[in-house]
Formats: sequence, C-alpha cells, structure tokens
Amino acid sequence: MSSMLYNHRFLIGRRLVQIGLLILFFGGNYFGWKILTGNYSSATFLGEVNLSDPFALLQVLFSGFIVATDALIGGLIILVVYSLIVGRAFCSWVCPMNIVVDLAGWINKKVGFSKPKIDFGRIAKLRYYVFALILLLSAILGFAVFEMISPIGMLHRNIVFGFGTGIIAVVAIFLFDMVARPLSFCHHICPLGAFYSLVSRYRMLKVFHKVEACTKCNKCFAVCPEKQVLSIVGKRSGSIVSGECTNCGRCIEVCDDQALKFSILKK
Amino acid sequence: MGDKKSYPSRRDAIKKLFKGTGYLGISGTVLGSLATGLAANKLELRPPGALEEKDFLKACLKCGICVEACPYDSLILSKVNDEAGLGTPFFRPREIPCYMCPEIPCVPVCPSGALDIRKLQNVSGDLNINKAKMGLAVVHKETCIAFWGIQCDVCYRACPLMDEAITLEYDKNERTGKHAFLKPVVNGEFCTGCGLCEHACVTEKPAIKVLPIDVATGKVGDHYIKGWDKLDEKRLNSSGKGQQQPEGNKDAIDYLNDWEDLIDE
Repeated sequence: MSSMLYNHRFLIGRRLVQIGLLILFFGGNYFGWKILTGNYSSATFLGEVNLSDPFALLQVLFSGFIVATDALIGGLIILVVYSLIVGRAFCSWVCPMNIVVDLAGWINKKVGFSKPKIDFGRIAKLRYYVFALILLLSAILGFAVFEMISPIGMLHRNIVFGFGTGIIAVVAIFLFDMVARPLSFCHHICPLGAFYSLVSRYRMLKVFHKVEACTKCNKCFAVCPEKQVLSIVGKRSGSIVSGECTNCGRCIEVCDDQALKFSILKK
Repeated sequence: MGDKKSYPSRRDAIKKLFKGTGYLGISGTVLGSLATGLAANKLELRPPGALEEKDFLKACLKCGICVEACPYDSLILSKVNDEAGLGTPFFRPREIPCYMCPEIPCVPVCPSGALDIRKLQNVSGDLNINKAKMGLAVVHKETCIAFWGIQCDVCYRACPLMDEAITLEYDKNERTGKHAFLKPVVNGEFCTGCGLCEHACVTEKPAIKVLPIDVATGKVGDHYIKGWDKLDEKRLNSSGKGQQQPEGNKDAIDYLNDWEDLIDE
C-alpha cells in the first residue's frame, strides 16, 4: 500500500493541489472564504494579493486595453513563478482541465479504444499557431478571445458558480479525448499551454536524467504527455530543458532505475 | 508534401503558403465568429462603475469577484444563452435589482479595472452609489396603469432617488372629469438604472424597464445648441468641431470686399 502511494506521489500531490484550489474557489463563492477568490485568469489571495494569468493580460493588451495595476502586478507574480521557478507546472498541477483530460485518457487506455486515426504528427506545433491566432483575433475583435472560449474558464464557472454555464466545450474535449485521441486539446491546441511552454525554458525546477542508471525500458515515454521533451533519455545525462515539460513527475514515478528525478538549477 | 527531402520547389512553396493561409482563414473565421457570438451583449445591465461596454468586454477577466462580493446576489455571471458576454457579470432587475449599497462592495474588488471606482466617487473621493449609471428606466405608458388613471405610484416610491429620478406628473383625467392622473416620469439626469422600479412594478410584465444607457438614450449631435444655455456652448467647444477658424475673425463684409485674395493663386 505504502509503495503504491509512493509510486503515485506526484499524481496524488497534483490532484490535491488541483482539487484543493477548486474547493477554495468554491468556498470563496458559497461560504465567503477569503483565501482564494476569483478564477484561473485572475484571483485574489487572502483578500489582498492579486494573482493573474499573464496570457489573459497579454490578450487584453492586444485587444487594446491595459488592466489596472492590481492585475498587472498579479500577472507579473504568476509569470515569474512559472517562467523562472516551476516551469509549465500550471498545466499538470493547477489546471482543472487536467483532471478531465487525464480521466478521458485513463478510460481510453482501460477500454482500449483503437489507436488514433487522426495524424497529429504533422501539426505538432499547432498550439503555437493557435497562440498566435488568438492574439491576432484579440486585436481584430477587440476582446480577449481565448478568455471567451476557454474550456478552463467554463469548467471553473460550472464548478464554482453552479452548473448550466456552458460545459459543452469541456464535454466535447472529454469525449474526443476518450474515444479518439488522448491529450488532443492540452497537447495540440491549448494556447495557454503554448504560452507557458514559450516562457518556461529558463525555469529552476527541471527533471534531471542520469543516463548511467537508465535501462532504456521506455516506461517514461509511455506515460509522458509531452514525449518530445524526453529526447535525451537513454542517450546522455542532463536536465529536460524544453519548456513543453509540465513537471508533472509521471516519468519519475514510473522509473524503476532512479534515472529520473526533480532537480533545481542543474544544467 | 514531405516526400521530397530536398529544397521545395517554388510551386510547392507557393502551394504550402496558400494552404497555410487557407487554414489560418478557416480557423480564424470559425474561432472568431464563435467568440464574437459568445461576446455579444444584447440588453443586459452591467454592475455599477462599469466601463463603456466595448472597453468593459476588453477589461473583464470573468473572475466573478464582484459577483461574490454582491450581498444580495443581484450580480450573476453570464451563461452561454444569457448573451451578456460569456462569463461576464450582469444583473436582471426584475429578478434581483441593485440595492445600491452605500459602500459599493462589488466595485473596489475588481482587479482589472473593468469596474472603475473613480466613476462612483465625489470630488472629495467619497463613494457615492447615486453616481452609478447602470442603465436608464423607460416607462411604457400604454401598459402603465397610472397612465390609465388607476392610482399607482409603486415605482415612484420604490425609487431610491424619489422625486429626483422618478417624479410624478399631475394631469387632469378628462374621461372622468373629476380624477387626476399621477404619471411617473423618469429623469435621466438622476436615474442610476438600479432597477428597483422595474422590480416593484405591479403589472404582469413590467411597464417600467431599465435598458442599457446606450440603448435607451439618443444623441443630439453638434449641430444643435441650446443658445440660451451658456453651459451648452461648452459641449460644442469641447467636441473640437465647433472651434472658430482664425479666418472667421474677419468681418463678413471685409471678406466679401477682399475678393483679390480669392483670385490670388
């Protein structure tokens, strides 16, 4: 039992953080808790400190508006935390869509739906085009476009402000991921993930690979949601540098050889 | 595509460029029209201190902190079919109006500035909810029973700015010959759009209704000025269009006599 818990230590941690944040948001609305109020685009911590999604602020800027100082400082805090310290951890540790998408992927694997027919290989960089397109559209249409259609925002509103606020996009992504292709949205489309990928290259926290310990079992490749980042595994020692790594720790959990671990400030 | 490893021919490059532009166009149109549809605000009322609708849609981060701050649950976040801009705050006065809290809890908590506290402050910096312009009440006189001659002053008494935002206009009821009309009249100068009148209205569907300012109001334009009102002249000057040209300082008669100027060059 304890070894099972240990083997899923990061998964448990991630779920605790994700669900804990949702509970805090929920309590903020229903019980008036002051710990965390707002949403994933802009939240107030302890009724004082604003924390804002820098990508949302970037869209607002492109739409032709500069947000108030509170939100600007909040956006800077979040940008520094992710880009310089924990990397793209938002996607695997914070984002509520991660729970939905992981569940869809888990069902897909358990039921054993046929391998995907759609070839996404060619459009591996699609999310970066979506990212650019969202900024372009924000400038043309005059409002923050991803904030308007974001399934993250929809899911948050459904949970925190009551059902019926338009969960369609979330259901669509869940079903598509379940039957057709796991991680279709997070891996290929989400411009927020693209944003954090772009800024996370120089983060402190990285997964470190020790090639001498590696037995090339490829278990890490099987579980990694962004397999391309593991290119050095089995070849040479070093840190996983790509900003696309979400620091989810799945590879570390499955590695039986102690060849992968989190490290801080290692090259 | 992709079968040749060598440099792509010009034909291939152009093909690829067109294809890419096509995909960009398709996805841009689909995404754009989807988002525009969700962003459309038909006739919903914004919280006090809200920026003008166009700027409000840019600035609002849909965090819902104003909704959480509202003690009466007047404010709600827009659902897909509410057509107030998905996830943005609004209120429906017939259901729950704005009760005009003097401390205005919904506005100072806004992190993005979509709700601007400066719009609700006196010169001295004190909060004044009566400065709110959430909408403007409009009376439909055909369904307002006070206009029928039945005695009803519910909206007048519900109004937090009684005798300012709503006044009663006395009129003689010619039909009976001995009764009076007490007709409610909304004064746009004072009306905050809180909707307490709409909430209180006794008719099945409210005969007094709050509409967004932009929908309910007209605009005179610069070509009509109240000549008897010195202040109204300022409106013309501040618009910049009515600025007198330097040439205008000449007397008309001189202008007509200086015809050489016109021929020169």
